Amino acid sequence: MSEITKQSLSELIKNIKDKKLSSTEVTKAFVERSEKSKKLNAYVTEDFSAAIDKAKKFDENPNLDLKLPGIPMAVKDLFCTKNVKTTAGSKILNNFIPTYESTVTQNIWNEGAILLGKLNCDEFAMGSSNETSFFGCVQNPIDKDLVPGGSSGGSSSAVAAQLTPITVGTDTGGSIRQPASFTGIVGLKPTYGSCSRYGIVAFASSLDQAGPMAQNVRDCALLHEVISSYDEKDSTSIDFKRNNYVKELTNNIKGKKIGIPKEYRVDAMPKEIEDLWKKGIDYVKDCGAEIIDISLPHTNYALPTYYIVAPAEASSNLARYDGVKYGFRADGENLIDMYEKTRSEGFGAEVQRRIMIGTYVLSSGYYDAYYLKAQKVRKLIKNDFDEAYKKVDAILTPSTPSSAFKIGEKTNDPVSMYLNDIFTVPVNLAGLPGISIPAGHDAKGYPLGLQIIGKAFDEQNLLNIAYAMEEKINFKNKITDWWIK
Amino acid sequence: MSKDKSEYLINRKDNQYEVVIGLEVHAQVTSESKLFSTSSTKFGAEPNTQVSLVDAALPGMLPVINEYCVKQAIKTGIGLKAKINKRSVFDRKNYFYADLPQGYQISQFKDPIVGEGKVILDMPDGQKEVGIERLHLEQDAGKSIHDLDPKNTFVDLNRSGVALMEIVSKPDLRSPDEVNAYVKKLRSIMRYLGTCDGNMQEGSLRADVNVSVRKKGTKEFGTRCEIKNVNSIKFMQMAIEYEANRQVDLIEDGHSIDQETRLFDTKKNETRSMRSKEDAHDYRYFPDPDLLPLEVSDDFIEKLKLEIPELPDEKKKRFIEKFKLSPYEATILVSDNETSNYFENVIKKSDVKLATNWIIGELFAALNEKNLEITESPISAGNLSKLINLIKDGTISGKIAKTVFEHMMEGDKDPKKIVEEKGLKQESDPKALEALIDKVIDDNREKATEYKSGKVKLFGFFVGQVMKVSGGKANPQLVNEILKKKL
Repeated sequence: MSEITKQSLSELIKNIKDKKLSSTEVTKAFVERSEKSKKLNAYVTEDFSAAIDKAKKFDENPNLDLKLPGIPMAVKDLFCTKNVKTTAGSKILNNFIPTYESTVTQNIWNEGAILLGKLNCDEFAMGSSNETSFFGCVQNPIDKDLVPGGSSGGSSSAVAAQLTPITVGTDTGGSIRQPASFTGIVGLKPTYGSCSRYGIVAFASSLDQAGPMAQNVRDCALLHEVISSYDEKDSTSIDFKRNNYVKELTNNIKGKKIGIPKEYRVDAMPKEIEDLWKKGIDYVKDCGAEIIDISLPHTNYALPTYYIVAPAEASSNLARYDGVKYGFRADGENLIDMYEKTRSEGFGAEVQRRIMIGTYVLSSGYYDAYYLKAQKVRKLIKNDFDEAYKKVDAILTPSTPSSAFKIGEKTNDPVSMYLNDIFTVPVNLAGLPGISIPAGHDAKGYPLGLQIIGKAFDEQNLLNIAYAMEEKINFKNKITDWWIK
Repeated sequence: MSKDKSEYLINRKDNQYEVVIGLEVHAQVTSESKLFSTSSTKFGAEPNTQVSLVDAALPGMLPVINEYCVKQAIKTGIGLKAKINKRSVFDRKNYFYADLPQGYQISQFKDPIVGEGKVILDMPDGQKEVGIERLHLEQDAGKSIHDLDPKNTFVDLNRSGVALMEIVSKPDLRSPDEVNAYVKKLRSIMRYLGTCDGNMQEGSLRADVNVSVRKKGTKEFGTRCEIKNVNSIKFMQMAIEYEANRQVDLIEDGHSIDQETRLFDTKKNETRSMRSKEDAHDYRYFPDPDLLPLEVSDDFIEKLKLEIPELPDEKKKRFIEKFKLSPYEATILVSDNETSNYFENVIKKSDVKLATNWIIGELFAALNEKNLEITESPISAGNLSKLINLIKDGTISGKIAKTVFEHMMEGDKDPKKIVEEKGLKQESDPKALEALIDKVIDDNREKATEYKSGKVKLFGFFVGQVMKVSGGKANPQLVNEILKKKL
């Protein structure tokens, strides 16, 4: 048996079920490695001793019929966890301990998993590099001073560095897929409405979606199966028939039609990305699928549309952090003064920037020109996909326009930072499922990802294509444990 | 002030001004739980005991629409003869305040659940139709309490998230009296429907009042001022009266009216500026992305139509046609469901005409004096019915009945028993009456002679004397007959 933390989720489950490993052994192994990996700054809150206690308890009377029997797992700090501090990466929630559990994490614990701790992320999930977190940057285990992507940067770093066998992140404009791509792991953003948003700190309600981040496609399918559920507590949750994603997982994608959208050949796309995409096309062909050129004509407008819709919703969603009821409060002369000081000191620069943008685009006199127009464009973008899916079963694109960049490299250039999400954002606007799988390395040896975009509610097909490609790609992540020495 | 033909006009020198009023009534939906959460809505609970995670806007909490509140709003729409919108949208109205935990109120802005409708008012000079612009559902805010501590404001979130219907009238009202009739009628309709209890003391019914004035005969509306959150009909009327005169004075002095939001100070009886149009909040309305558009089917609406009871207008029509009541009587008796039920119970076994008079006259006066609702009446419908039958069959006179009624008000006693116990039965034995009358004529010989010589007015005197001697128990009709013969 290989080292515990090097095992995939599926291997760990098998070993626990076969009683070759106990939950305590597994949990301790991940705790120990996490303890040795503080340099990565992946955790905001560690819950290690409680995790080991829970593991011992599990082992006393193990229920091996569960899908995640005694599996330790750290989760993004955007999920509210009962009695465990939940910060959303923000000073304004630095002291916030929920009395309730998000539906997604509850589903996970119901299947026997054990909380290891809460993982760092960009403040309120607003960022593409994890640099906006109040709790500091996260290191990418691929290389020193490299960003792990964002906003689920703590999550991608923790999975790639094997501090947790698997995790859940959230994706509003690429926050699962981009960090997955930057760290050489698999990340799935499910169809909007698959996973309940109940108990997840909201960024942009019409775009937010939780999803699994894993070392491989099978693990990803398993966690998706656990977290995808209809929830009456979320009015946008959709009651559709969910698959047994693992059981139905197959690498047979013969005859599937895969679309290649010409609009994704953006200006100044690095040759490495172009080459990766071509390689991806070859892999798909190798699997017996058919390649079809398609057009998604409104792709160019996706990023500006996203940067109107998401900040608009965020400006309203974040109004509740006012110092009155919970969270950080600054003293003020009067109510208004208290609001201003609390929110000026409690929110970081990027969050304030987006609140300002959102407030502006919703203001009377600007609403029609910005928010309303953006909603119309959003519809056009969705129509593009609907048209494309008349011809194809899925769409293949790069996940990001570049590999991971250095910490600080784009801090002072928000637009260049925003451009990182150019391939992922249209998927959120259309409410579709998308998955990023590691597909190669650039010249520096940094991982690069390919994105597969599916039809709504067609996660099974998406996972199957990813699974078949994964086999052909045979990606090996180069983790040197540089931070442990 | 002129009340020429019941028209409400404000006179200044040579000018007459008409007052134009529109109301935005906020009616609390009768519902066990809140609009988007399962917390109780019960009035009078300890502060902050009816607050869910959703109501307090904790991170990650989401609203889920309460179907019952939707039904209540649609029923109210049906009661207002309004268009029910099968698709409506919840929007966020964004503003910061300590008693608004989310930092926005969920309301309906562009697409309300109910569209145009109407309310018929019964005014002394006839009926008047008032247009309804729309009805929409929205959340109430919490309550800020400023007077419990010298330095701090306390917040009670029990009301936070309670469902309100905002019912917006067209600017069709022209006087404080019409406003009175309108609010009462609206309240009556909602109470019949069971969609709002209309309890103004508990804040279940409040209104923003829009007032403008214009010279009589002009078509164009003047600039309006909105008087916020007035919580009684009397205050609405006082506020309108003050505000209309204020505006007229400004115009007469050559000033123009600033469109603004004003507050009514009930102690000083005046309105004061709260904020001008320039300072108006930019609420940044946009569709709430946590809620899908609300869609209801024809079937859903049709089923609710079957639950609609007979409403005041239809009941009034029936009372007039079936019971031959005057429009005035019918209007009073249908004003609320409890009164009309009481009336219909009384007339099950007694005379309609007498019942109408007794309820509208004696009973209402007595209840009013004791400050009681009809549901709290010490006299049950059954016993009032018995009393009326005692009058009708001649057991007691109308006058004695009033005495019996007074006894009944002390406790719900059977009027027959009261008559027996107090010996109030009417004397209808002709022989006994004859003896009585003979004695009265004998005692008043002179007057009897005068009567016979043509002073017929004295007849009343004799009737009075007989009644007096009999202790009011003599059957007046028989007394009349016998007196005529004897004199």
